[in-house]
Parts: sequence; structure tokens; C-alpha cells
Amino acid sequence: MKFDTPAGTNPIDTMKVIGQAVDRVDGKLKTTGQAPYAYEHGEIPGKPAYGYIIGAAIAKGRIAAMNTAEAKRMPGVLAIVSAENAQPLGKGSMNTAKLLGGPVVEHYHQAVAVVVAESFEQARSAANAVRIEYERGAGRFDLVKEKPGAQPLTGNDADTHTGDFAGAFASAPVQVDQTYTTPDQNHAMMEPFATIAWWDADALSVWTSNQMIAWNKRELAATFKLPPEKVHVRSPFIGGGFGGKLFLRADAVMAALGAKACGRPVKIAMPRPLMLNNATHRPATIQRIRLGATRDGKLTAIGHESWSGDLPGGGPESATQQTKLLYAGANRLTALRLAELDLPEANAMRAPGEAPGLMALEIAIDEMAEKLGMDPVKFRVLNDTQVDPEHPERPFSQRNLVRCLEEGADRFGWNRRSAKPAQMREGRWLIGMGVAAAFRNNINMTSAARVRLAGDGVVTVETDMTDIGTGSYTIIAQTAAEMMGLPVEKVRVKLGDSSFPASAGSGGQWGANSATSGVYAACAKLRDMAAQSLGMDPASAEFSDGRVRAGNRSAALAEAAKAGELVAEETMQWGDLGKKFQQSTFGAHFVEVAVDSYTGETRVRRMLAVCAAGRILNPKTARSQVIGAMTMGVGGALMEELAVDKRFGFFVNHDLAGYEVPVHADIPHQDVVFLDEADDKVSPMKAKGVGELGLCGVGAAVANAVYNATGVRVRDYPITLHKYLAKLPAIA
Amino acid sequence: MAQQPPAMAVTFKVNGKAQALMLDTRTTLLDALRDHIGLMGTKKGCDHGQCGACTVLVNGTRINSCLSLAVMHEGDAVTTIEGLGTPEQLHPMQAAFVKHDGFQCGYCTPGQICSAVAVLEEIRAGIPSHVQGDVGTAPEMSLPEMRERMSGNICRCGAYSNIAEAMAEVAGVRIAETHGAQSDAGAEA
Ligand code: FES
Ligand code: FES
Repeated sequence: MKFDTPAGTNPIDTMKVIGQAVDRVDGKLKTTGQAPYAYEHGEIPGKPAYGYIIGAAIAKGRIAAMNTAEAKRMPGVLAIVSAENAQPLGKGSMNTAKLLGGPVVEHYHQAVAVVVAESFEQARSAANAVRIEYERGAGRFDLVKEKPGAQPLTGNDADTHTGDFAGAFASAPVQVDQTYTTPDQNHAMMEPFATIAWWDADALSVWTSNQMIAWNKRELAATFKLPPEKVHVRSPFIGGGFGGKLFLRADAVMAALGAKACGRPVKIAMPRPLMLNNATHRPATIQRIRLGATRDGKLTAIGHESWSGDLPGGGPESATQQTKLLYAGANRLTALRLAELDLPEANAMRAPGEAPGLMALEIAIDEMAEKLGMDPVKFRVLNDTQVDPEHPERPFSQRNLVRCLEEGADRFGWNRRSAKPAQMREGRWLIGMGVAAAFRNNINMTSAARVRLAGDGVVTVETDMTDIGTGSYTIIAQTAAEMMGLPVEKVRVKLGDSSFPASAGSGGQWGANSATSGVYAACAKLRDMAAQSLGMDPASAEFSDGRVRAGNRSAALAEAAKAGELVAEETMQWGDLGKKFQQSTFGAHFVEVAVDSYTGETRVRRMLAVCAAGRILNPKTARSQVIGAMTMGVGGALMEELAVDKRFGFFVNHDLAGYEVPVHADIPHQDVVFLDEADDKVSPMKAKGVGELGLCGVGAAVANAVYNATGVRVRDYPITLHKYLAKLPAIA
Repeated sequence: MAQQPPAMAVTFKVNGKAQALMLDTRTTLLDALRDHIGLMGTKKGCDHGQCGACTVLVNGTRINSCLSLAVMHEGDAVTTIEGLGTPEQLHPMQAAFVKHDGFQCGYCTPGQICSAVAVLEEIRAGIPSHVQGDVGTAPEMSLPEMRERMSGNICRCGAYSNIAEAMAEVAGVRIAETHGAQSDAGAEA
């Protein structure tokens, strides 16, 4: 099925099941410990052995010698695999550094060997006995130092020029010209990278923890030089990913190598202290933003340049993405520059581009509003656009940013905010409010599904879609239920298996809309088959309450499969509506903080997000996506930072004690409002994503609230108290 | 072959069932539960006492099972998430987590639920905390108390707001209309 014209009325519009706050269909499994994650599957051929990965102890250079003699003699050791004795491996197209390093080392904690033993304790202990001598090479670890040599990019990341930015900025009566920085950040998903791998002759099977099953299968095949049909990937439950599990990682490669070497299934969970340097991270940025405006508050010049670094062959953090589309303004410039760094590999983390981009842009907007003496909500409203500002012939498919801002301001009690900072006090606490716009593009991905109708009237959905906590199981069950006129209880959903049709997978907040659209397409086909089987006209058949009705005839849906199971498979493909219309999601974040005037401690007191993201398929799971993202936004604003050792080239705080993320005590009650929308240009589901939108802008809303509370503007994230403590207002 | 590492026998109860194990002495309680007894409900997030995913109840007290060697638990009674309830018969805290969507990926969830059950008991038992105004008086059954005591259980999916509501429901605490008023910061003005 191809979606190339705006959706008309369809069965999803009934919204008997879709749009309802259905409890997660996998909730009872997850809350009772019965949902199996990658490391926990018992369905494997034989007793597993345990693998322990050794990470390089240098950031760049060579392994001069690896002495495994002592380790090999240790109890229980079955195999030690390194580049010295591993089969020659290919490299997947989506990895920058090799997943098995050696003798050349490309980054710190790059996997260089795996020790396989009868038990976890034996493998760990033997791994400690492997002696490696390194020749340390010179590396580049400091973005500030490498910034002058950073290079422009092509394609989607090329510079954009609209009108005459330089002239308009120079002549603008009101200007902001500031530089902001965001640090390296880590996904810190709670489930470590984990895989159980085994071989059956030349076929490889894995239980793994991965967001993108079809990519993972393709990349495993490329790595082990196998035809893709020889690879079976399963990932039914995933303990968080946030972009960190988009790609094939070392756990799967090393488990497969270990399994090959010892002829048994091998299970590996990557030790937490290895994860932060071994795997990918969100790279640091340096962002210069220049805004020019008229005295009455119209933006005339918008310039956003961003620098980031990655290993040679890597990519940039596209932090200027939202700036192309968020506000009106005739003269515009965006530019990305990429420096080569020898730090661990940079790649996507939740809302790549927009998350750090908005952390900077939405402070700059706050600064401009203040210079103009305008309320920051009003200033944003005044500069709204309903068309793509770089290509005004392209309207937005739907854009209710203004409503998000105004409704949010109302609900939040924004009128109680003092425009002048550092005016509101409650005892020792300085109180401030901040706002920021949220913006994230909608992306549609090809997505397929198979649906089965059995003789007992149960519909089973099979697709390789993943549920990384997003609620895919639940919204897919709701979609099939709505399409087939069944209650959710009559739908079974099977996910995360490469033997199922390839779906959109989970990334870029495309999962919900794309994957349910694939299920919609398969169900549309199944409806036709069911109607035909019942001798009814497919075009006029209606499906509800477990029955099919056409004309004056009515039959139980189950009847259609009496003679045998009906199976329909279909793929949702996308036309050019995404080119004709800019498809994006919008929101407004409001935050209230209290800053201790004595100690500088910042506490987030209230948070509200108002989101406009098309139809909300399940307000309960969608709200959870948003509050989770808001929580991550607080982390990014106030605490998250991978500290770079610029001499030796690694992230120093590489565990969950050193890399601080928000805990219960950091997060107040969070309010989320979804505007009642349905976007007929994006899909038959009329839905867009919220999982990344919820993060976009949060950091800046917190930063702006801290400024409003204290009068101290911090432009370098995270806003830790040493950056403002000395500048706090005098105490009484 | 080098000499085998020392193994030791240990017996304890898990969810009411006696377990007699012969274990490498380096085996943590967490790995004994997961890899030797096959109860995979208890999760390993860090193996270093930094995340709380491995929280279980030992003789009624919550601990990080990754920080404890299995052989130290001779004669103990361990309760894991599987011992609290089953999909057919949820513990009230498990049911409240489902109702309030107090989780997303579910990986921190067994630890959160074990902690949540224990935290309500700790408050009832008068065990003091950092957010108490006066540690001489009994702690209140309040959201700030719960949030403080739950802070060793990280949820990267960020379900905290919903977990607080699930706990409040089980504890019978009414959540005020304006949740902001529940915040601790600024409240002691
Ligand atoms: S696994 Fe025990 S605290 Fe993280
Ligand atoms: S539910 Fe995913 S970490 Fe808590």
C-alpha cells in the first residue's frame, strides 16, 4: 500500500480502541519479571558459556602484544578470541569504528578480545589475566582545539543560505550573538548491551537488545560475511535504547565470535563501565547563534552554526536542523562543521540534532525576547510561520505551535512570572519560570506486517517492530483491534523477530506512526480477505464488535477463518507528501525551578508540556514517552556530561555513579497535554511521534527558568552550580 | 588445568522455596538468582550498586543483590519480583504500576517495585530519611519522602512521576490537585 494522497475517513477514525488510554498489553509481564530481555532467554540449543569483553586501554595506537597464556590456563576458560585469531570480519555500513579492534586501536574501550568460560566469574577473572601491551599514538580529543580545522558537509548537512543573512544581521536594530555549548552525553539505558549467540553450521542466531531488527540482521550478515537469510535476530523486549541500540554493537559480534570458537551458545552482557566508551554517545557541540530583529519583535535574521566532532568517517550532530523551520525570518543561515576527534564514536541519541540544537536556540530566543522587552511566549507567537521559511511554497501539514504556547502559558500560570529576573523569592529559594518551544520532524519509514485471523477469532500481528518502552505492543494491538473490529484482548502481537516482515523499527520517533501504518495496511488486506471469505462485498463491509456486516448480512469475524487461517501481509510505503508538506511535531515546555540562594542548588518544581503531534494513538503510553523525555531533558540541563580526559582521550565518568542522570528526587509531578489533532497528510493513522518531541526544548526551558530565578545566564550545559554560584544575588 | 576456584555450599529460601546451591564464592546473589536458579526477573543494570535494578528483599529488607555475595545469605529468606505476584495475581504495587504506567522499557521495573514495597514499610517503621524536617519524629507518608527513598532506583525511561503516583495510591496518600504544592523545594519557607 502506498500512501500518496491525504487520508480520507478510514476505520481508524472510529477511535473505539485507538486514542484510548489502554493499559500496556505487556504490562503484567514487565511488572512481574516475566518479560525476557536479551540475556534471559532459555530457548537456546544447549548450555551457554559466558563471554567477557576486553576493551582497549588506550584511545589510539596499536596493540604491540597480547599475552593470553595465563588466561587460557585459568579454570573454565574455553576460548579467547581477538583480532589475532578471529576470522576476517566485514564492517557494517552504519558503524564508524570497527566492533573488534586490534592491532589498530581506534578509540578507548574498543573491544579487542573476548574471553569465553564456563561461568561469568571465570570469564571475568580470566579477562583480567590477559596481558596487553600497547603502543600509544597521538590523538585529538579536544573539540575546542580541533574546531578551526572543522570541515563543512554536503547533502542534508550542507550549509543553507536564504536571503542576505550577513546584511540583515548587521543592520538589525536588535541583535543577539552568543555561543552555547552542550557536552557529550550518554544514552545510559538501563539494560546493558546484551546478546546470546549461537551457530548452527553456517547460520547465526542471536537473542539481542536492538531497536532496528532489519538493520541488525543486515549488519551481522555483513560482519560475518553471510547471506542475510543465514542470520536470525530476535529482540522481543528491550530495556531502553534511546538511539544507543540502533546499531549492531560489540556484544553481538563478540558473542558470535565466542560461540564460533567454543561451539556453544555464548551469552554476553557488556559490563556497565565498558559501555560508555565502547559504544556511541551524543557528541558535544559548540553553537554560535546570531539573531537580528526589528524593535517591534520581528525576526529578520537567523543564523545558527554548530561544530561537533567524530572519528574519521563519522558524522556531525545536526544541531541546526530545527533552526531551518522553527521561526519566520527572511534572512537565514545554517552551517554545520565537523572536526575529527579520536574519542569514542559519536552517533544518534534521542532527538539527535534537535535536542542539543534547541538547548542553544531556545536560550537565544529567550535572550532576544528579553532584549526586546517582550514576553518570550508572545515573541515566539509573533514569529510563527505556517510555511517552510527556506521554501515558502511548502506549507506545514499541520502546525499548532502557537496553540501549544498559549494554552501552556494559560495552564501553567505564566502570567505570574516576573519578566525581570531574580525577583521572586520564597524564603531562601529564588523562583523562576522558563519556556521553550519543542520541535521535531516527522519521518515516515517503510513498514511491513503480517496479520493472521484464526478460527477462534483471534488476530495475531507479526512484524519485526521493536518495543523499547515506547508502547509498540500496545498501539499495534490497538491498531489491529480497531481495524478488525475487535477488543484489544482478541489481538496477539509478536514483535522483534527477523523472520517477521521488516518494519520501521524504533528510531527518530518514526516507530509509532510508521509501524502502525504497516499494520493498518496488512489489516486492510485481511479485511478484504475476510469479507470475501464470508461472501460479502469488501468495499462496504464494516467490522465492529467482532462481527462483519455488509448490506443486511452479518457474521462473526471468526467465521471467515473457519475453513482455515487467513493470512495477509502488506507493506506501507510512502509517496511524496513529505516533500510537498513539511511534516513536523510541535510543543511548548514550561518549567518552574527553585534555586537555593545560599547553596545554589537547583530544584525543578513544576513541568508542563503541551504537544501537537497529530493523533495520539494511546494517551497513556504517549504521555509516558513525553514525561520520560522531559526527565531526560532535566538531566541534560542540570547534570548530564561525559567528562573528557583530553590527555588520554576517554570519558572519565564511565558508569552510572559518575554519569549522573535524574533520579526520583529530581523530578516533580509532570503535566502533559496533547492537542486534539489528526494529521491527514502523514499517514492513514493521522499520527506523528512524541518520543523525541518530549525532549526537544526541555533543557532550554530549564535554563531559562534558572535565569529567570537568578539573573545569571549560563550558556554552557549542564548548568551545574559552580557556573553560577558566585554570581547569585546577594543574600538579603 | 589450573586448580578450580573455591566453591561453597549455601542454602537459602527464594520466594518461599528452599534452594541448595554449590557456588563459586565470587557469585553474587544477583547472579545466583539469575544464572543458577533461573529467576530472571531481577535485573542487572550495572553490577556495581549504582542503579537499583537488582533490588530484592532479604528477610524483608531491600538490598542491591549485585553488591552481595550469594554465600553470605546462608539461611536467609529472599523475595524477588516473582515472589511478589504473578501476571494472574498481581501484587497491589504491581497492579498500581500497570494502572499508572509506572514504567516503559520495564528493565528497572522489578527493582522499582521491590523498592517501592519496601519503602512504604520503611516509612511505616519510622526509619528516618534525609528529607525529614525532624528525624526525632515519625516520617510522613508523603511524596517527597517516597521520592527521596526511591532515589537509588534509576529509571532512565523517566517514569518517576508515574511511579510516585502508583506508590501514592498503594500507600493511600491523596495527591493534591496542584502537584507543584507537593514539591519539597521552597516548601519550608
Ligand atoms: S545491578 Fe545492582 S545496583 Fe545496578
Ligand atoms: S522503565 Fe525503562 S528504565 Fe525504568
